[in-house]
Amino acid sequence: MTRITVMVDGVSYVDDVEARTLLVYYLREKLGKIGTVVGCDTSNCGACTVHLNGRSVKSCSIFAIQADGSEITTIEGLARDGQLHPMQQAFHDNHALQCGFCTPGMIMQAIDLLGDDPDPDEQRVREGLEGNLCRCTGYQNIVRAVLDAAQKMKPAASAPDEMSTRQPSAVAGGGN
Amino acid sequence: MKPFAYQAPGDAATAVRSVAADPAAVFLGGGTNLVDHLKLGVAAPDLIVDVTAATSNEITDDGAGGLRIGAAVPNSELAADRRVRDRYPVVAQALLSGASGQLRNMATTGGNPLQRTRCVYFQDVTTPCNKRKSGSGCSAIGGYTRYHAILGASEQCIATHPSDLAVALAALDAEVRVLGAAGERGIPFVDLHRLPGEHPELDTVLEHGELILSIDLPPLPMAARSAYRKVRDRASYAFALVSVAAAVDVADGIVRDARIAFGGVAHKPWRATKAEESLRGAPASDDSYRAAAQTELAGAQAQDGIDGGNAFKILLLTRTLVATLRDLAHEET
Repeated sequence: MTRITVMVDGVSYVDDVEARTLLVYYLREKLGKIGTVVGCDTSNCGACTVHLNGRSVKSCSIFAIQADGSEITTIEGLARDGQLHPMQQAFHDNHALQCGFCTPGMIMQAIDLLGDDPDPDEQRVREGLEGNLCRCTGYQNIVRAVLDAAQKMKPAASAPDEMSTRQPSAVAGGGN
Repeated sequence: MKPFAYQAPGDAATAVRSVAADPAAVFLGGGTNLVDHLKLGVAAPDLIVDVTAATSNEITDDGAGGLRIGAAVPNSELAADRRVRDRYPVVAQALLSGASGQLRNMATTGGNPLQRTRCVYFQDVTTPCNKRKSGSGCSAIGGYTRYHAILGASEQCIATHPSDLAVALAALDAEVRVLGAAGERGIPFVDLHRLPGEHPELDTVLEHGELILSIDLPPLPMAARSAYRKVRDRASYAFALVSVAAAVDVADGIVRDARIAFGGVAHKPWRATKAEESLRGAPASDDSYRAAAQTELAGAQAQDGIDGGNAFKILLLTRTLVATLRDLAHEET
């Protein structure tokens, strides 16, 4: 066992983990962060996407030990004071989920892609989500939701501007 | 997954000592390929040495127009770097044509060229594979060959190298700086990967315990006009059937110089020196580009397979090279 220290959704944790423990299982089984789901377990589907130091990664393909000393944001850490993150709200408003299983990963990756390109066109959104699969094939509304969120998250928009910088703290720190 | 010990040293010399001393030790970069192999049982190391803190994560100017890329620089940062996009667009395009945002955020510059073939038989531990287990046989020969080699294959292995970045680096005459138990050395990128020959289990010329410190891109003004073109079975998130990395220097309708490498067709990124030679001094025309492809592919050998074989790759690669060079020659610089 090896001791790791991680900040997850704004809360610091110190834990002993096996080297082979994957980050997603640490989050789900040790911390109870079951909002992050395991889809394919082979780094294909993107359902397990979380932010590691502000960048999206597939938590089924990373050892928890690789995240030692890092700041992690899961889908559970996005809302603040009962207010959904603008991306979550946009998914809700645009009916961008059917069964909902891919949704946590879609939202986390959509936030990352807006960090790279705050004003993407439809093509850029589709490319930015290439590592996320929706088995309900509900892509049309997912793309619509991301475009909607991009408009609402622009610095001039009234929605909270969480993605105007690439600072990890811009998206982390919820849940408290 | 089999248990293993894990270390994350803060310096390269310690990392090299640890791996060199243990035949069952491996380096870990971002882990985007190795972790899959651990799950599949393709790899079962006793010790994993994470080198992301032991190697540089910076891209530095060499003062002469070239760049030194630290081994720990993530693929996403390399693709986004303004200097890379201006001086070597082929590198950024190759990176962005592969994997997905999440994987590029984890995958490293040193790790990407060391990813292993996606040959389905290599990844399926229930089938014989000389690359996975030397001497066990090759299931790909006569099997599913769509993603397999047409250049430089052997009777032991017809696998292809999967990296897009590596194809760009081969075209640009990059150099790999490595540290091993015997000290530091530089390896021309085109010599990093091996052809399978009798030992397909060896992907590269690296000794056990040799660690990539950086990949150096030499000054190459013509690379400002460079591109990566990848042809695959779907428009995104798939490996190359064929790909072309190219840079050209065209003036007054004449190709003065060219750098070309092919992906998806060999056990290593295939530097197309014969095609380059045939282009120098030739008119910048489709005929010249086609002739260059045909010169390079004169020795190509298609595989027969249960999927109809992969002879289509010869024509596909010819056309892909023509299209890539045509676009580049017409590009304003």
